[in-house]
Amino acid sequence: MENTAFVDHEKFFDCVHCGLCLASCPTYVELGTEMDSPRGRIVMLRALQEGHAQLNDEVVGHLDLCLGCRACETACPSGVQYGELIEGARPFIEQHYRRPMLERGKRWLMNKTFPHPWGARLFALFLKVGAALGLARFAHSEAVPATLRYWFGLLPERGSVSSAPLLEHYPAIGEKCHTVGVLSGCVMSAVFGATNQSTVKVLRHNGCEVLIPKAQSCCGALLLHNGDKQTALALAKRNIDVFDQLDLDALIINAAGCGAMMKEYGELFKDDPVYRYKAARLTEKMKDAAEFVGSLELRAPTREVRVKATYHDACHLAHGQGVREQPRALLQAIPGLKLTNLPESDWCCGSAGTYNLTQPEMAARLLERKVGNIQATEADVVATGNPGCLMQIQAGLRQSGLPMKAVHTMDLLALAYEDEPGSGH
Amino acid sequence: MDQQVLDRLYDIVGPDGVVAHKSARSVYDCDGYTLEKAVPEIVVLPHSTEEVAAVVKFLNRERIAFVPRGAGTGLSGGCLPVEAPVMIGTSRLNKIVHIDLLNRYVVAQSGVVNLWVSNAVKEQGLQYAPDPSSQQACTIGGNIAENSGGPHTLKYGVTTNHVLGLEVVLPDGEIVTLGGTVEDVPGYDLRGITIGAEGTFGIVTQAALKLTRQPQAYRTFLAVFESVHHATQTVSGIIASGIVPAALEMMDTLIIQAIEEAFHFGFPTDAGAVLIIEIDGLAASLDPQTERIQAICKHNKAREVRIARDDAERMALWKSRKRAFGAIGRLSPNYCTQDGVVPRTKVPDILQRITEVSEKYQLRIANVFHAGDGNIHPILMYDERNADETRRVVQAGKEILNACVDLGGSLTGEHGIGVEKMGQMPLIFSPEDLMVMTQLRSVFNPDNLCNPNKIIPTPGGCIDVTTPRRQVPL
Repeated sequence: MENTAFVDHEKFFDCVHCGLCLASCPTYVELGTEMDSPRGRIVMLRALQEGHAQLNDEVVGHLDLCLGCRACETACPSGVQYGELIEGARPFIEQHYRRPMLERGKRWLMNKTFPHPWGARLFALFLKVGAALGLARFAHSEAVPATLRYWFGLLPERGSVSSAPLLEHYPAIGEKCHTVGVLSGCVMSAVFGATNQSTVKVLRHNGCEVLIPKAQSCCGALLLHNGDKQTALALAKRNIDVFDQLDLDALIINAAGCGAMMKEYGELFKDDPVYRYKAARLTEKMKDAAEFVGSLELRAPTREVRVKATYHDACHLAHGQGVREQPRALLQAIPGLKLTNLPESDWCCGSAGTYNLTQPEMAARLLERKVGNIQATEADVVATGNPGCLMQIQAGLRQSGLPMKAVHTMDLLALAYEDEPGSGH
Repeated sequence: MDQQVLDRLYDIVGPDGVVAHKSARSVYDCDGYTLEKAVPEIVVLPHSTEEVAAVVKFLNRERIAFVPRGAGTGLSGGCLPVEAPVMIGTSRLNKIVHIDLLNRYVVAQSGVVNLWVSNAVKEQGLQYAPDPSSQQACTIGGNIAENSGGPHTLKYGVTTNHVLGLEVVLPDGEIVTLGGTVEDVPGYDLRGITIGAEGTFGIVTQAALKLTRQPQAYRTFLAVFESVHHATQTVSGIIASGIVPAALEMMDTLIIQAIEEAFHFGFPTDAGAVLIIEIDGLAASLDPQTERIQAICKHNKAREVRIARDDAERMALWKSRKRAFGAIGRLSPNYCTQDGVVPRTKVPDILQRITEVSEKYQLRIANVFHAGDGNIHPILMYDERNADETRRVVQAGKEILNACVDLGGSLTGEHGIGVEKMGQMPLIFSPEDLMVMTQLRSVFNPDNLCNPNKIIPTPGGCIDVTTPRRQVPL
């Protein structure tokens, strides 16, 4: 096998093998095998890059099982950029390793579907049709293959999929202080259109003029996770071109997975003579919705939202972007809302991009753990900042017969602001 | 590995309990001590005490040597499989079995992470006091093997002071209980000698751990000094005043710079040394102590004395300190942490010797240590790709430990002897001492199948035979 360096070799030496990451890794804690720990995976990745190890089923299996949740980066005292190491290896694996046919088909389909507007709409259609047909009830049927059962279980309830389109421009409500762009996102706009509307509403109520150019594209995260770096970069360039030409104070992203990816644009293009400056400039402006609103002097919400809420840290928000306090502070600013602590709040729910589609067994184990913790809080709603987590957790709550709802932080916050006539709220 | 042996192990622990593939078991080739590596021929991950016992019984019958492993965060190679083909991991023994709040103890399996124990009783105002710096990942079993300490050992003692009883699988596969769930079980303290035996007396599968009340209040200081000398004077001054601090930690310039880069706490990167001083107890008792500590610091020319304003700032300070080792990864590709002890008053002397060693071997050495009990942790930086530098690190480490012994100290405060310091045991123990220790081990582990080639140097092994300079009574 040719020995191709898939990441900067020096980065492996950031790891000093102390093992402090182990207990932060969901797959290690579930399985107890060090091959499924961050330290173990780094040892394998390094052996791969140095040509000491073969790209065999065993190694690929353990690397594939990594959620990419980056909880290990939070735990690491040595500053290992684990995300870069594992993401760097994904395209290498796709190029040099032949997966079983069914697995290849599944990955091809995902890579073709999510990043394109039609594909995301197709996905939304699948969810709607699946929900309408009530396929979720087959989630427990022995007659259906295990993988399909799990997928059916993810299907939402009838009527909960919304894909209301956004306008390209919204004026600020009250005094205008900022001009911001919003990434509409593929899954967000296809499935969580209402959350996008909520995000816009919250931003407008806080003095933001909102621009949502139609020419924007998918952020490229799912493609990169699945090893298609080339297409991911092409999509990233398009976003950079579209947003960089607007005179923005901030570019707002309400999907944690997209935000974590886009904040890496600067790093991804650091050697690109054309895009490096543009990418770096735009990356500076990227903010998660809660991160940005949390940094403003919040215009106090006026409506009461009488619920007991808890908060789940999306991995790509807490570990990927270091955003932990702001969403909690925003929730606490809502009149009438009581926020309660969620045990293991920054433990991955198993969604992890398309992980619940590629590794359903581990995803289901982690979901069970998450649902157990949520149930213990006795909250009415669990707020979070990522579409994957929302779908995964909602499915888990429903399957366990729990009445609790998973909602986006922006949805709860939007409820606390007065509706603007004609805004659709 | 013999197929029949393999088959039998599969029978006992099931297919998910065996790690046999070469690519997979190669990740078990070392712990936090990376200078020596050895890949086990097979890793077994039992799901229960009974499975551990069945595996050990079988291996004993077949005369196959084995090593236990917890989370692999050890710093002396205690779980390195040296001439031991089988590794037995405790990662699946990760349940807290029983919590008895009224009698203040927890029964936990040995694979439970140290911090999980305190987290489980946090709401009730209790804690498991030993807090090694790796507590976010290290296991109770490993803590027991090494008799681990931590920053707060100065006031609260080490692991052995907080373990009431043990469930141990002896090297012949028998399951025994040593100690109990109450204080002071009569007869010989077999629990006591098993703690700190570095896994050579058997495999601990479960332990009854004492819970203590969380202190009502804390006061945590960061004192900044121009020199190590002044910081040491302060340490002696505080102890002499009769105050028993919960922790007294010192860091030198190089380590301050590393952790400041990592955690941005606001450490002064030009300081010669900083002390982290913590007192705890009843809130009413802390104000007078605070005044005295501040006065002692000022008397010893402290440039600045800061007090953590709230719990968040205190936690940030401790996070910086506890993750100091890892932060060295930002300065150097590899490091080796030494763990020696000197009498508290000899801290400036040992630091002088370390500086000399650093110059002699052309190595960067950072120092972070438990100043209150003279437990030093010099961190020697190197690049494993540089074979000559790696050799120099080993030499320099030995020289530092020799210096500790010269100054009236010891080879290890809390990391254990493992494989790393085995060769230096004769520096502090006579051949007779070592013989007695071997005989004691033989009571538990007669054939030396359980974690062989650890702690006690074997005759004819690659050790420097030196005349003991100091006799330590057993």
